[in-house]
Amino acid sequence: MQMKDNILVAIFAAVILTMPIWAGAVGAGYPDLLQKFAIFGLFAIGFNILFGFTGYLSFGHAAFLGVGSYTAMWSFKLLSMNALPAVILATLLSGIFAAAIGFVALRRSGIYFSILTLAFAQMCYNLAYSVLTPVTMGETGLTLAADDPRIFGGAGVEAGGALPSPDFFGLSLSGYNGFYFAAIILVIGFYISVRLYRSSFGLMLLAVKSNQNRMNYTGLNTKPYLLSAFVISGMYAGLAGALMVVIDPLAGAERMQWTASGEVVLMTILGGVGTLLGPFIGAVTIKYFENIFSAFNDAVLNQIFDFLPDFIQVIWVPFASLFVGKGWHLTLGVLFMLVVIFLPGGAMEGFRLLKEKLFKKNEDAAETAKAGGTE
Amino acid sequence: MSAILTVEGVNKNFSGLKALDDVNLSVEKGSVHAIIGPNGAGKSTFLNCLVGRLIPDTGTVLYYGKKPEGETLFGLPPHAINQKGISRVFQTPEVFEDLSIFENAMIPVMAHHDGSYKFNSWGGVVSRGEIVDNAEQILEDVGLIEKRNVHSGSLSRGDKRRLELAMCLAQDPELLLLDEPTAGMARADTNNTIDLLKKIGEERNITKVIIEHDMHVVFSLATRVSVLARGHVIAEGAPEEMKGDPRVQEAYLGGAHL
Repeated sequence: MQMKDNILVAIFAAVILTMPIWAGAVGAGYPDLLQKFAIFGLFAIGFNILFGFTGYLSFGHAAFLGVGSYTAMWSFKLLSMNALPAVILATLLSGIFAAAIGFVALRRSGIYFSILTLAFAQMCYNLAYSVLTPVTMGETGLTLAADDPRIFGGAGVEAGGALPSPDFFGLSLSGYNGFYFAAIILVIGFYISVRLYRSSFGLMLLAVKSNQNRMNYTGLNTKPYLLSAFVISGMYAGLAGALMVVIDPLAGAERMQWTASGEVVLMTILGGVGTLLGPFIGAVTIKYFENIFSAFNDAVLNQIFDFLPDFIQVIWVPFASLFVGKGWHLTLGVLFMLVVIFLPGGAMEGFRLLKEKLFKKNEDAAETAKAGGTE
Repeated sequence: MSAILTVEGVNKNFSGLKALDDVNLSVEKGSVHAIIGPNGAGKSTFLNCLVGRLIPDTGTVLYYGKKPEGETLFGLPPHAINQKGISRVFQTPEVFEDLSIFENAMIPVMAHHDGSYKFNSWGGVVSRGEIVDNAEQILEDVGLIEKRNVHSGSLSRGDKRRLELAMCLAQDPELLLLDEPTAGMARADTNNTIDLLKKIGEERNITKVIIEHDMHVVFSLATRVSVLARGHVIAEGAPEEMKGDPRVQEAYLGGAHL
């Protein structure tokens, strides 16, 4: 079992780290998009530890994303431009936030839990815009400034008057370096989630999802298990938030809005709730299609559908344009509906069915061959 | 013989309806105590009072588990009650239906070993030598070891009951509460369950309280029977005595002969 898991993680690492080489073939070969894959993949993998393992659907994980971003920003402003302390501090602080929010929200289960987490996240979002403006800079967003103290070096501006950018012990984290930094953290995060899934603790989380009553009557207290899972997944979210500002040092409150919480739910469901790889696949799918579809506009559509007769093109192109560009969420909505209706287990279930079908075909073929031979 | 559970003067009202009316009862250590009675006699309410799920309006329930002095269980959460050595089998078998039989067996063994919470998040489940052995042993005991990788959700009701019993036994309880253990089962499954309970009784000295409708089950297993009707204990004694008791036949069987 452990051997199999190690192979899975090794293949995962190999696929992720070679992305810059092969992703160009599918039109995703630029650092900006690959960074998004890694960061949202990490976010979704962490979210799955709560939603996938325990079945508790949080609608407030964007709050931890925001906490992570702001913490990392302040680490850049006050401590140094090194990404390591920023990432560590962000993970710890979002863990503390998650412990506080989880402690209250986990008093309820099911839909009430979801609503409580949503309420907390919206509270954080609104606080960031109002009373916490000194910390978050409200609408303008938190950015680096020329007069940041940075007590561990790197204060002020660089030669030429440019603001400094995040680094990793001197190694600049822009472009593909930023991607590799995020990708390595993603691989570590994935490995931890695999270990967690196979551990005694992970089995307890699955048991919570399966039957809380039996769990209680087996002498197990479900609350601390749930709270631990909540804190761990909050820390993943904070880590993802920190990585966002490592790559682009700007933190805005819109990151904490409920749509961001909703997006990670979509990613997880699209990929396969409770599976190890599914959430990552969901995150990549959504970010990839977002990138492709939102780049389309009427001119591109007219070009594509030029082969149609004019009178059809006149009707068809405006209709199709609803689904692309800014309206690409409509496409996402349709995709989501199709997945939920026909593949409730997400992409991973799709793969499993495909595999079964292929193997079955082979078996059938072998059987017919055998039957033919005996005749 | 000493008592493991004593019930004194327990009353319970549900908005005017007297569910339990001055119930007195004592369950001896090592006995198999059946509580029978017609529908609405208060059996379920009584069981819930025994384990502190319901708090009676008046009266006391004392549990003499691992400690010599009695303790009250009222208001304790279920996991704390379980940790004191009381396991429970439900009318509808409650197992972890999304997990395999082996995983189902692992959970109570781990709970027995690690307590109500342990953050053991790194080592794989299957690498826990002694615990895996224990889980396999209890599956062996109830005859489910061949199906260890089957999802428990796909089991028959009888097999689910078997698994549930195995999970209760894995915790080495002092007191096992069985709420209609054969309800809704086919005859063969019922007989299998009776045989299994008998086997458990021979191998381990666990006190059992059984709430049951099926007289066949009661008379095959019980060493003592209490009859509950309209919130009262109307008769108590050995199963043979109860069979012929006119009060019991009157209340429970509506006068028909057994």
